[in-house]
Amino acid sequence: MYAQMIKSEASQDDPEKLAAFQARIDAGEKIEPKDWMPAGYRKTLIRQIGQHAHSEIVGQLPEGNWITRAPTLERKAILLAKVQDEAGHGLYLYCAAETLGVSRDELTEMLLDGRMKYSSIFAYPTLTWADMGAVGWLVDGAAIMNQVPLQRTSYGPYARSMVRICKEESFHQRQGFDIMMKMANGTDAQKRMAQDALNRFWYPSLMMFGPSDKESVHSEQSMAWKIKMNSNDELRQKFVDQTVPQAEYLGLTIPDETLAFNEDKGGYDFAEPDWSEFFDVLKGNGPCSVERIEARQKAWDDGAWVREARLAHAAKKQAAKVAAE
Amino acid sequence: MSVTGLIRMGDNTLVLGQRVSEWCGHAPALEEDIALANTALDLIGQTQLWLRLAAEREGEGRTADTLAYHRDAWDFRNLLLVEQPNRDFGVTMMRQFLFDSWHLEALTKLVEHDDTEISAIAQKSVKEVTYHRERSGDMIIALGDGTEESHARMQSALDRLWPYVGEMFSTDTDDLIDMAALRPAFDAHVGAVLAEATLTRPESDFAHLGGKTGARHTEHLGHMLATMQVLPRSYPDATW
Repeated sequence: MYAQMIKSEASQDDPEKLAAFQARIDAGEKIEPKDWMPAGYRKTLIRQIGQHAHSEIVGQLPEGNWITRAPTLERKAILLAKVQDEAGHGLYLYCAAETLGVSRDELTEMLLDGRMKYSSIFAYPTLTWADMGAVGWLVDGAAIMNQVPLQRTSYGPYARSMVRICKEESFHQRQGFDIMMKMANGTDAQKRMAQDALNRFWYPSLMMFGPSDKESVHSEQSMAWKIKMNSNDELRQKFVDQTVPQAEYLGLTIPDETLAFNEDKGGYDFAEPDWSEFFDVLKGNGPCSVERIEARQKAWDDGAWVREARLAHAAKKQAAKVAAE
Repeated sequence: MSVTGLIRMGDNTLVLGQRVSEWCGHAPALEEDIALANTALDLIGQTQLWLRLAAEREGEGRTADTLAYHRDAWDFRNLLLVEQPNRDFGVTMMRQFLFDSWHLEALTKLVEHDDTEISAIAQKSVKEVTYHRERSGDMIIALGDGTEESHARMQSALDRLWPYVGEMFSTDTDDLIDMAALRPAFDAHVGAVLAEATLTRPESDFAHLGGKTGARHTEHLGHMLATMQVLPRSYPDATW
């Protein structure tokens, strides 16, 4: 899940308008950019879509870390294509956010100065090639859990971008699992990398869904507006139930001694991640938090002259065209 | 038909593809990030075709991957131009434009090659490279003409890379075609783009040589290969 702890805004709008708006949502209608919407709905969506977009862009970095070291030409091409897709997802999402009246540059500045966040998972390092497998399998797997229902979200541009993103994400997850299969069935060193990757990514993946709903004060309004479709606990349970048999198939051990199938609920009981670590990561104390923002800041600063030059050239061309007419 | 000629084509696309892929996640704008990744992907795809054919023709049981990952720098036959580091976005795009301008002329000739497999690879590549040259040329014009700073950066990129242009047209019997014959078309296209970009072609045509013959690569190639080859070299028994 790429949007965590999204604070829902209360709305001070006219109660009649609010009721009519809610009725449209309840009837399953899509809200489009030019439609009236409560200020709180707009603000919450900007925050959520923006955080999602930032997660795609920052999420390029941990995988980009292995493109130059991919072990075969085919793996290199697949990984490049995947990271390129993530940049594309970022682009659709920034465009969806722009329909709400915020520019990509404004959102970027908010990411860089810490006013906006990105998913906690991308503050973790990728240390071996097996991490490319684990990220695809677990991280994209967790993202899909959240994004498939978001295809039905109430805001039209967001829902439509999710349709396209979900198609690509399921390819990403498959390629991740394929890497894990190779590693888990490979040499002793490869098996060790695979198990180590699972050990390091298991709890951070569970954290992607955010803290328990019991502690989440913002969920209710977002669920009524259909910009949050399922509870955090519901999605986390679904993720664990899907992933445990896959780990068994790979011959890998989930790093949780308490993990057991619970017949009564028809799902697994599992240990909670360390939520204090999660809050530390959100505060910017993840293992790679500083490096991630530093990399984005550097790209932004180093690219300034290119962006300025392109604008200047476009303006000159436009002026020449006007003069010729 | 020389295996070396095929390896030269594949090493150029491999080394440049590897260089361009270093940008992934770090480009000046999202659109550029996507476009650079796309270029790198095309080049890696072309590498697979050239090196697979080279390995088949050589007939010693090697594959595209063993050629890419299990040769040392002195066995690489790429042009010195493509192993140059990315430096800033201006140098990266100038390197791309100069390479694309040679590459498109070379591929256009290779489409007519008598060897049908070579011709087939060239036909596939020429479509991609036509787009590469268009895009890099547009970028050279925009950045050359853009602002005072961008103009200065692009002129400096051109001056820095020009000594690596001559090697593209040095030729011997290992080449699949006569590379020297491509120079007039290259000069015409590059000259037109540089003029529109308000950039000045350097006066000296001095050329560093030694990449395509393997006689003397730059110091940069070894570092690139150390990174690129680390997994297959460290774990030779593994399959990935």
